[in-house]
Amino acid sequence: MLYVVDLHKSYEGAELLNGVSISVRESEIICLLGASGSGKSTLLRIIAGLEMPDSGQVLWDGKDLGSTPTHLRNFGLMFQDYALFPFLNVAENVAFGLKMQNLPKTEINLQVDAILKQVNLQGYETRKVTELSGGEQQRVALGRVLAPRPRLLMFDEPLGALDRSLREDLLAELRRVLRKSRVPVIYVTHDQEEAFALADRILLLHDGVICREGSPEELWRDPGSGWAARFLGMGNILSGQTLDEGRVKTSSGTFRTGDCQHSHKAGERVDVLIRPEVESGPLDGENHLEGLVKDVNFSKNGYRVTLQSDLYFILPEAPRVGERLSINLPEWSVQCLG
Amino acid sequence: MVQMRRTLPWLGASFFLLLFFFYPLIRILGMGLDWSGLKDGWNQVARLAGMTLWFTFYQAILSTLLTLIAGLPGAYLFAHYDFRGKKLFKSLTAVPFMLPTVVVAAGFNALLGPQGWVNGILMNLFHLDHAPILFMNTLGAILLAHVFYNITIVFRLVGNAWMRLDPQHGQAARMMGAKPWEVYWKVSLPLLRPAIMAAALLVFLFDFTSFGVILLLGGPQFSTLEVEIFIQSVQMLNLPLAALLSIIQILFTLAFSVFYSRVVAKVEVVNKPSSNPMRKVNTWRARLMVAILLILLGSLIILPMVSLPLRSIVRFDPAMGERTLQTASLTLDHYKELFINRNGSLFYVAPIEAVRNSLRYAVLTVLISLVFGFPVASALARPGRLERSLDPFLMLPLGASAVTLGLGYIVSFNQPPLNLLTSPWLVPLAHSTIAMPFVIRSLQPALAAIPDNYREAAAVLGAPPLRAWFAVNWPLVGRATLAAGTFAFTVSLGEFGATSILARPENPTLPLAIYRFLSQPGALNYGQAMAMASLLMLVATVAIMLIERMRLPGSGSF
Repeated sequence: MLYVVDLHKSYEGAELLNGVSISVRESEIICLLGASGSGKSTLLRIIAGLEMPDSGQVLWDGKDLGSTPTHLRNFGLMFQDYALFPFLNVAENVAFGLKMQNLPKTEINLQVDAILKQVNLQGYETRKVTELSGGEQQRVALGRVLAPRPRLLMFDEPLGALDRSLREDLLAELRRVLRKSRVPVIYVTHDQEEAFALADRILLLHDGVICREGSPEELWRDPGSGWAARFLGMGNILSGQTLDEGRVKTSSGTFRTGDCQHSHKAGERVDVLIRPEVESGPLDGENHLEGLVKDVNFSKNGYRVTLQSDLYFILPEAPRVGERLSINLPEWSVQCLG
Repeated sequence: MVQMRRTLPWLGASFFLLLFFFYPLIRILGMGLDWSGLKDGWNQVARLAGMTLWFTFYQAILSTLLTLIAGLPGAYLFAHYDFRGKKLFKSLTAVPFMLPTVVVAAGFNALLGPQGWVNGILMNLFHLDHAPILFMNTLGAILLAHVFYNITIVFRLVGNAWMRLDPQHGQAARMMGAKPWEVYWKVSLPLLRPAIMAAALLVFLFDFTSFGVILLLGGPQFSTLEVEIFIQSVQMLNLPLAALLSIIQILFTLAFSVFYSRVVAKVEVVNKPSSNPMRKVNTWRARLMVAILLILLGSLIILPMVSLPLRSIVRFDPAMGERTLQTASLTLDHYKELFINRNGSLFYVAPIEAVRNSLRYAVLTVLISLVFGFPVASALARPGRLERSLDPFLMLPLGASAVTLGLGYIVSFNQPPLNLLTSPWLVPLAHSTIAMPFVIRSLQPALAAIPDNYREAAAVLGAPPLRAWFAVNWPLVGRATLAAGTFAFTVSLGEFGATSILARPENPTLPLAIYRFLSQPGALNYGQAMAMASLLMLVATVAIMLIERMRLPGSGSF
C-alpha cells in the first residue's frame, strides 16, 4: 500500500531525515517511535504532502504521490493539539471533510451521526469545541479524521496533551476504533508504552534513519542497539568487549550471555544490556554481581534498587541502603547489542 | 493611608478630564436638549440632520469597504512573506495613520488637484487648457483619502491576527480534501472574522467622525455630522443646532465604541500566539504577486507623500507665447514667502507666525498631558479595582469628536470665572484632552514592564526611594516618556477639528493656515500651502518614526 522510499530532508543545513524508507501494509498499525526533534512529525507531514522532501518518493499502490497535492491524497492526519475549528460546532467539525466531498446533506448527517456514536459523542452535536474538555476534544478530532474515510490514517502524538489516566482510557478506545476501521495507520509518538500497547509493528527513528523495526515482541527481545535499549528504558547499558565462549567483559565484571557468540566475533566492542528484572539471593553460578545499595525507591513492579556502580535492578523486596547485595544474572538477562 | 496613595494619582487627571472633557460635553448636552433655542422649524432641522446622517453613514460604509478590499491583500502579504525592505515598508505604512489631515489633503491636492502633478503632466502632454482630471470636491477624493488614512489599521490588526493563525487549521482542512481556495474561504476567513470585524469597526469609527478630509477634499457639497457641526457653529453661528447634531454624533460614536470593545475582547480570546514561519519570495508567482501589491500599496501611500514636497519646490508657469504649454521650474519662492507679511494677505502676520503658534501650542500640550497623564499611567501599570473601573473613562476622548469638543469649550469657557476664549491656554488644553489617551497608553506598558524587585533591589542596596526611582526606573521609563511626549507633540501639531473652532483668526496654527491658503485661488497661495504642508509633514513623519522606534513591542494598541 504505502511505500516511502529513501526520503531525505534537511532544515537550514542540518540533516533531519537521512534516507528513511518505510512501508505500511493493509490494516496494519505501525508506530513511529523517536525522541523529540528526531523528525517523526516531518516524516508524517511529507507523507501528508504538507511538506516536500529534498529527495525520495512517497508511493501509494505503486503510484508516486510527489505531484499530488495534499487535498487529493485522501489521507487523514490528526494533529497533536487537534486543530479543531473553533468557529464550527462538534457536528460541523466532523462534517467538514464530508462537505469537501460534496456529499448530499442527508448523507452527511447520517454519517456524522454514525461517527459521533462511534467516538461516544452522541448529544454533543451543537456544542462548541472550545468548551469541551481535552478528552472530548480528542474524540471530536478522532471523529473528524475518520469521517471522510481516508485510505491512510496518521496520528501525530495525539495523546501528548492529555494527563496520564485519561491517556490510558483513550489509548484503549483508540485501539478499538482503529482495529475496527481496518485502515492502515501510522502513529507517531515518543512514548514507548503507547507504541507497545498499540502497534503491530514499531519503527525506531534515530539519527535520520529507521534504526530498528519489528513487532513489539521482537523489539523487546532484541532492541538492536544500545541507543534503542536506552530509549526504550529496557535496563542498564554498559560498554564491553566480547570474549570467547559467549562471554563479555564489562566494567562491572565478566558475564556469560545467551547469544553473543552467534552475533559477534570475539574481541569486538559492544553495548551490553543488563535487564533489571532479576532476583537477589544466594549466588548460584558464574553470572553474578555484588554491590552496595546506594538508593531504593518504590516503583510499579517492585523496588528499584540502585547500586554504587549505578546499575539498577527491580527487586520484589526492599533492601536497606548501604547493605551489600548479591545479584544473580541469568544468561537471558545479559545481552550484547550491535 | 493606602486609600490616599491609590487615589492621589487620579486627582489631577480626574480633575482635568472632568473640567476639560466631561464638563464641555455636558454643557453641549444641555444645550442640544434645550430646543427653545432652535431658530429653524422642526421640519428643517430633521431634514438637515437626516440628510447629514445619511451621507455620514454612506461615505463611512463605502470608505470602510474600500479600505478592507485594499487592505486585506496587504495584510496577507505582511503576514506570510519575507521580502527585502519589508521592515521599512511596514513602518512607512504607519505614517499615514498619524499624518495631520491637512497634510493628507494637501498631498492629494498636489498629486491629483487642478494644479497637481498628474493634471500638469497631462495638460502638457496633450496640450489641454483645462485640468482633465476632476478630483477635488468629489466623493472619490474623500474615499481615496480615507483608504490612505486607515489602510494601516487593516494591515496591523488583520495582518497580526493572520500571522498568529495556527497553520494546523489550514493543514487539517487540506488533509480533509479542501482545495487551497477553500482553505482561505472556509477556514482562514472564519478564523479571521473577529479581527476583520474589529478593523472594520475601527476604520468605520474614524471615517464616521472624519472632518478634515471631508472639509478639505470634499468641498462644500458634502457634509458629514462633524462638518455640519463645524459649519453650524462657525459659519452659521447656530450653536443650538450644532449642539443637537453633536448629541446625535456622540450617541452613534458611543454605540460603535462599545460594540468595538466587545469585538476586540473576542479577538484576544480566539488567537493564541503561535508563530508561523515566513515564506520567502522565491517562485515567480510569489514574486509577481508581491511586486504588484507593493507597487499598488506603494503608489497609494507614497505618491501623495512625495508629490507634496516636490510640488512645494516647483513652479508651473505658462510658457512664453503659448496658451496651453506650461513650463516647470525649481523654486524656493514658496518657502521664502513664508517669512513675508504681504499686504492684503489673509494674515495680519507672516505665515511663519503660524509655525511659531503651532510649536508653542505643541510644547504646552506635551507639558500638560505628561503632567496629568504620568501619574495615571503609573497607577494603571499596577491596576487595582479603582484603576480597572476608571480605565475606560480615560479612553473616552479617543472616540469623541474633536469638533464637538471645540464647540463644548466655546459654550463652557466663555464667562468668568473661566473665561478662556482669549487665553493662549485654550488650544493646548483642548489638544491635551485629545492627546491624553495616547500619552497614557504609551506610558502604561513601559511602566508595567518594570519589575517591582528592581526598585526593591535598589532599596536594599541603600538607595532612598526617589533616588532608587531615578536610578532604576528612569532609564526604562525615559524612552516611553519620550515616545508619549512625541505623541502629544504630533497630535497637537496636526490637530484640525477642535482648533478650527477654537483658534483666533489672528493666531492661526499651521493646519489652519494651510487650510486657508488652500481655499484661496492663485498659484502663490497654492505654493505656500504646499510649502507649509511639506514642513508639517516632515516634522510629523520624523515624530512618527521616532514613536515607532521608541515604543515597546506589542504596545500601543487601541
